[in-house]
Amino acid sequence: MTSVIIIVALALILSILYLIFRIGVLTNVMNGRYQKRVGVGNTVNSFLFVVIFVLGVLAFYLSFMSARDKFLPDAASEHGVRTDLLFWVIMAVLTVAFLVTNSLLYFFPYMYRFKEGKQAYFYPDNHTVERIWTIIPAVIMAGFVVYGYKEWHAITSPAPENSEVIEIMGKQFAWQVRYPGADGELGKYHYRKIDATNEFGIDFNDTASFDDFIPMELHFPKGKNVSLHIRSRDVIHSVFLPHFRVKMDAVPGMPTKFWFKPTISTAEMREKTGNPNFNYELACTEVCGRGHYAMRFIVVVDEPAEYEKWKASQKTWASLNAEYVSTKAPKALTEKYLKEFLTKPEVVQPAVPSDSTVVSVDSTVVVAAAVTPKKHK
Amino acid sequence: MSATHSGSLSDAHAHDEHDHHDLPWIRKYVFSEDHKYIAKQYLISGIVWAVIGGLLSVLFRLQLGFPDADLTWLKPLLGDWIQADGKLDPEFYLALVTMHGTIMVFFVLTAGLSGTFSNFLIPLQIGARDMASGFLNMLSYWFFFLSSAIMMASLFIKTGPASGGWVIYPPLSALPQAVNGSGLGMTLWLVAMAFFIASTLLGGLNYVTTIINLRTKGMTFSRLPLTIWAFFITAIIGLLSFPVLFSAALLLIFDRSFGTSFFLSEIYIGGEALHHEGGSPILFQHLFWFLGHPEVYIVLLPALGITSEIVATNSRKPIFGYKAMIFSIVAIAFLSFIVWAHHMFVTGMNPFLGSIFMFLTLIIAVPSAVKAFNYIATLWRGNIIFTPAMLFSIGLVSFFISGGLTGIVLGNSAADIQLHDTYFVVAHFHIVMGSASFFGMLAGVYHWFPKMFGRMMDDRLGYIHFWLTFIGVYLIFFPMHYIGIAGFPRRYYSWTGFDAFSTFTDLNELISIAAIVTFVAQFIFIFNFFYSMFKGRVSTMNPWNSNTLEWTTPINPGHGNWPGAIPTVYRWPYDYSKPGAAEDFIPQTIPFSQTPESNLPGETDEN
Repeated sequence: MTSVIIIVALALILSILYLIFRIGVLTNVMNGRYQKRVGVGNTVNSFLFVVIFVLGVLAFYLSFMSARDKFLPDAASEHGVRTDLLFWVIMAVLTVAFLVTNSLLYFFPYMYRFKEGKQAYFYPDNHTVERIWTIIPAVIMAGFVVYGYKEWHAITSPAPENSEVIEIMGKQFAWQVRYPGADGELGKYHYRKIDATNEFGIDFNDTASFDDFIPMELHFPKGKNVSLHIRSRDVIHSVFLPHFRVKMDAVPGMPTKFWFKPTISTAEMREKTGNPNFNYELACTEVCGRGHYAMRFIVVVDEPAEYEKWKASQKTWASLNAEYVSTKAPKALTEKYLKEFLTKPEVVQPAVPSDSTVVSVDSTVVVAAAVTPKKHK
Repeated sequence: MSATHSGSLSDAHAHDEHDHHDLPWIRKYVFSEDHKYIAKQYLISGIVWAVIGGLLSVLFRLQLGFPDADLTWLKPLLGDWIQADGKLDPEFYLALVTMHGTIMVFFVLTAGLSGTFSNFLIPLQIGARDMASGFLNMLSYWFFFLSSAIMMASLFIKTGPASGGWVIYPPLSALPQAVNGSGLGMTLWLVAMAFFIASTLLGGLNYVTTIINLRTKGMTFSRLPLTIWAFFITAIIGLLSFPVLFSAALLLIFDRSFGTSFFLSEIYIGGEALHHEGGSPILFQHLFWFLGHPEVYIVLLPALGITSEIVATNSRKPIFGYKAMIFSIVAIAFLSFIVWAHHMFVTGMNPFLGSIFMFLTLIIAVPSAVKAFNYIATLWRGNIIFTPAMLFSIGLVSFFISGGLTGIVLGNSAADIQLHDTYFVVAHFHIVMGSASFFGMLAGVYHWFPKMFGRMMDDRLGYIHFWLTFIGVYLIFFPMHYIGIAGFPRRYYSWTGFDAFSTFTDLNELISIAAIVTFVAQFIFIFNFFYSMFKGRVSTMNPWNSNTLEWTTPINPGHGNWPGAIPTVYRWPYDYSKPGAAEDFIPQTIPFSQTPESNLPGETDEN
């Protein structure tokens, strides 16, 4: 019944609009509007450009000011501070160009609207002017290229020695991370070794694999270079760490890298933003299917000492899956490496200072919330 | 009937004119070979696709603006794509954005824009009886129609249409295990695009051949209207780049159906390791963007050409810097082929390549800036008449500037790291490529409607349409920059799962409302279009007092365009408000010998 009423009402409104339109057309014919070259509409339209420009600039200013505090907080990485500056410097120049060109574009229609008896100025070209406005953008662009290249080169240069190596692997629809453990070296992997247990496809013929650990959240040490080794095991994903201004695709069959230096710990950022529940996050920015929007992973930046403690507290994946590993690894290696873990599990249980417990407990809770699949079926 | 200059070809065409009346209706109204009729076929198809493409965007804007809304009322339309809880299915959301992009980029702004105006204007503005090959031209439309039918069918299949984004990056697009849309939906997408590419190539060959060979006497390249220059260069870009997309699509078909490994490598999905090894998903991206970037200019250049014509006509002034305009079109076209990898700064591509592509990308800003300045200089000291076409043209220039400027940030690889695949990118290309081209298309329809249908569109409805759309577009896409700066990623069904992206709900709501209003406002245009087609005021021969050749044809040009001989061209098309002249325009067909009062030094008919 309601839908019938809506349809009838719509039809009524439309027919009234049509009637108004017809009457308008007919009166115009009567008034001889179409005999004149331009009507009143010409002035109205030209004036509207000015109105829209003024209102638009005002809206631009006000909306920017109110949107500003919802932008991401200060970059939490060394290069991020520099790319932010690059961004805002370019944006400032562009805003000037935007305002100058648009004000001309919106005021000229009003200033030079049609007037009977006036003649437009026959002005086909002026090489001097054209040369000037070719050279000015060219010079500005050259400046942007040099500035941008400097930053890009610094960011994409090979990771410094002694960077903290961390592997991030994307899959539908979650991130997983692997740390190299005590030896500082990630064990080899092969995609054919992946199964329901061994999600990374870790190769246990490689001795470096045994001390690798796979935590439920991503930890970075503050003030130390971190080198992310990024890969995907199914479709393309993209590692996006918005607060660190880090983005790099995870491509199946083609491992990628990105290195950076985190500069603000989670605790400091909580203080800075005034949000006690603040957490750094890792998101996916390359469309990867149904759960693309839900690939959230918690990131924690620790003070270096806490970071070392956290690392020491992590159990190796091999020790947690000893039975599995023993079926996959050569016997000699299993005996040599695995026995050690199995017999002395208490080795990896250091005491944790109280404040960092708060951090990790808190983030574990959030992790649980994030990992619990948002039911979308 | 004497064809004084273009020799046997126009004779043959003039002869055809007689036969034409005897054609069966199916050759006249369906499989027509008349360029004007084919142009109208493209235009109507383009409008139908634009409504569908727009409707899809409204659907996903509902999801983004009102994530908690109960959409059960859409069940009659969408069926099982609305989940039991009244929410849009997340996979269908991806299908919506994918199909919105595909439809708008290819079916509306490539076929609808170039197909309509290249077909309609090239013979009329260069003084030809028809396209070089009417048959290929007809074939071009019907390939496009076939492609449309297949793409349309894919919207209605059970597993849904392609849903890996309009860029269809493999492996997502190659593996039905990865997303349902990569099953039959993707197959149909690829088949449809293969026909589409064939159609575009046939059309492009025709445009290029016609412009080179069938210009009337006196219509030298330096007297071509800028519309024709734009269509000419656009067709060349299309001929060079679309085959590359075809190769990418073909290899993807091989990977999908015949087990090859061009783009696939080391994949474990759905509980099994696939056999593919050694392929590169990045290779696909290089091939795709080798078309994909020039494609931006394939949709934009015709719109800029149309705008040049309309701005000059309605400012009653010559276009400022005609030669510079041509040079910048050519420069943009050339550069468009060597900047594609700026879409790939963070794919893991060698960073050195990134630097090179940043450099090349930012060079494009120079010819683009020249174009923008030239438009503004054309307005300066003009005597401007605001037809709806003129309003849309000025709107286009505004979008071209606003969207072009943000491209400078994105082209800077270091700044792009953060912005890549965020809403900043969405805002950028919707303004500069989507809305600008769309405005060019609308401007073209308003301007050449009298030539197409012999009647005028209602200008006041046109004004209302313009202001609603113009303000609407800025309301939709301007706030998106803020959302992008805040890091919101593209193609997200919902952002609330992230702390970082759970702000701006009000802004997203505003964008959605603006999108819906703007979409509804387009029906003012559609009403105006169809109403005026039958009941509009009858047009005069040259309603805008324009200089170009199409306005020398009868109000309703028949087959062959000019009933008598094709007129000869004596001057460039921009002699508006020439000092000394009695009128504020001198058509291209007026010899200098008839206008001694306004001739500039050196202007004689021998040139």
